[in-house]
Amino acid sequence: MKNDTLIVKLKTIIEPYIQDEDAFKNLSEETDFVKDLKINSANLVDIILDIEDEFDIRLENEDMEKMLDVKSAMAIVNTKLNA
Amino acid sequence: MKNRVVITGLGVVAPNGVGVTKFTEALKNGTSGIKHHQELKDLNFSCQIGGIPNISDALKSKYFTALQLRGFNSSGILYGCIAGIDAWKDAGFEVNARSELDTDTGLIFGTGTSGVEKFREAIYNLDKGNVRRLGSTVVLQTMTSGVSAYLSGMLGLGNQVTTNSSACSTGTEAILMGFERIQYGKAKRMLVGSCSDHGPYVWGGFDAMRVMTYKHNENPEEGSRPMSATASGFVPGSGAGALVLESLESALDRGATIYAEVLGGEVNSGGQRQGGTLTAPNPEAVKRCITNAIKNSGVDANTIDVINGHLTATSKDGLEIENWVKALHRKGKDFPYINATKSLVGHCLAAAGTIECVASVIQLKSQFIAPNKNCEDLHPDIEALIPSEKIPQQKIELAFNTIIKASFGFGDVNACVLFKTYTI
Repeated sequence: MKNDTLIVKLKTIIEPYIQDEDAFKNLSEETDFVKDLKINSANLVDIILDIEDEFDIRLENEDMEKMLDVKSAMAIVNTKLNA
Repeated sequence: MKNRVVITGLGVVAPNGVGVTKFTEALKNGTSGIKHHQELKDLNFSCQIGGIPNISDALKSKYFTALQLRGFNSSGILYGCIAGIDAWKDAGFEVNARSELDTDTGLIFGTGTSGVEKFREAIYNLDKGNVRRLGSTVVLQTMTSGVSAYLSGMLGLGNQVTTNSSACSTGTEAILMGFERIQYGKAKRMLVGSCSDHGPYVWGGFDAMRVMTYKHNENPEEGSRPMSATASGFVPGSGAGALVLESLESALDRGATIYAEVLGGEVNSGGQRQGGTLTAPNPEAVKRCITNAIKNSGVDANTIDVINGHLTATSKDGLEIENWVKALHRKGKDFPYINATKSLVGHCLAAAGTIECVASVIQLKSQFIAPNKNCEDLHPDIEALIPSEKIPQQKIELAFNTIIKASFGFGDVNACVLFKTYTI
């Protein structure tokens, strides 16, 4: 999936959980879920489930541990989609 | 010296009225909150009626963020947070997610069980091997202290935050636990309350025990009949009540509105001895609870004007009245007025104590006694002990100062508290 399409989809998934509107408006590949968007770390598992549903993929515990920012999320989703 | 403790805020989510204003109207008019529920019929319940507070999505979104409502399925926490926040605001405080930590205020919010529907959802997923699909919301909504966790975070409370549980005496016990913490100077304020989920997964066990009435599915508002000769079991209810308790000193410093003073109370257990069982009260313990509550309040039993009873509409109502008569040493025309809130809202289980304490405080503050519904055919055992005019069936205006409230619960546990009009 093209990166710009993917990032739009990810933004929609992440939006309900963000606690920092400004950081969300300026979201880039470098944006960190917890440090920048101030997402409650407990909600990271909910984001993972929403990503699974949206892309019809399955993320393992190891994938979840790596998914801390937009860039890593995009990389993991692309790897799964191309697998 | 112990601190005096007063009530400076009220909140209530009851089957017959959400919010103090609507609940007060419902009490005055004798409005029942009991309705027939098709869901119970479809599930083959004997008792298909119950009390469920009416909460719209618009109201929900005034108390919860969109994120908090994602995957939210715990009616008890919903009711508890609404009642708790209402009480907090009623006491003159703001709700601000970025407020500074308030170390002077604690929270004791009781419940019997939390988020049973959420738990059911989780169990279905778990049994399919889908534990990884539960998401983050199961623990917080099903842990017993879930309501306290949600509320204390919304308000930023930094004193003791906990949940108590003692079946149907939970709410009254929560008030006394908060009261004592302020009395002994460990907190300036305690938000106290209790809540109960609604629905078949909470009520089913009681239906199976045949302790709920099955005779009023066609006429739900007549189902909850405390003290009636034709009482045939309780009607299940749900909701929440909440009170802000505050040291008198703190309330006066703030210039807060004082609803009433909490004089004192008692909690005890009958230990399932002397006639007490898991489900039936030990009458000696009930009387001792009432007597000690009066003693701890430093008043004479003869000064009590009104009783808000536990009175559930089971066969035990007569025994309860007998226990009051003996504990107060007052009978016949000398007996106080008696008030059975359950005739209007059903038995709200863990929420019963606080909904009924809020009802008691409203009646004390507004100087009236709400009608006792559905006891036009008083039970002869009760009529033999006290005259019918002490059990008003129409609202009466009454200048009075002291009301006593008791709650009894499965496990043979008791709680009793006294409220008095505040005077210097």
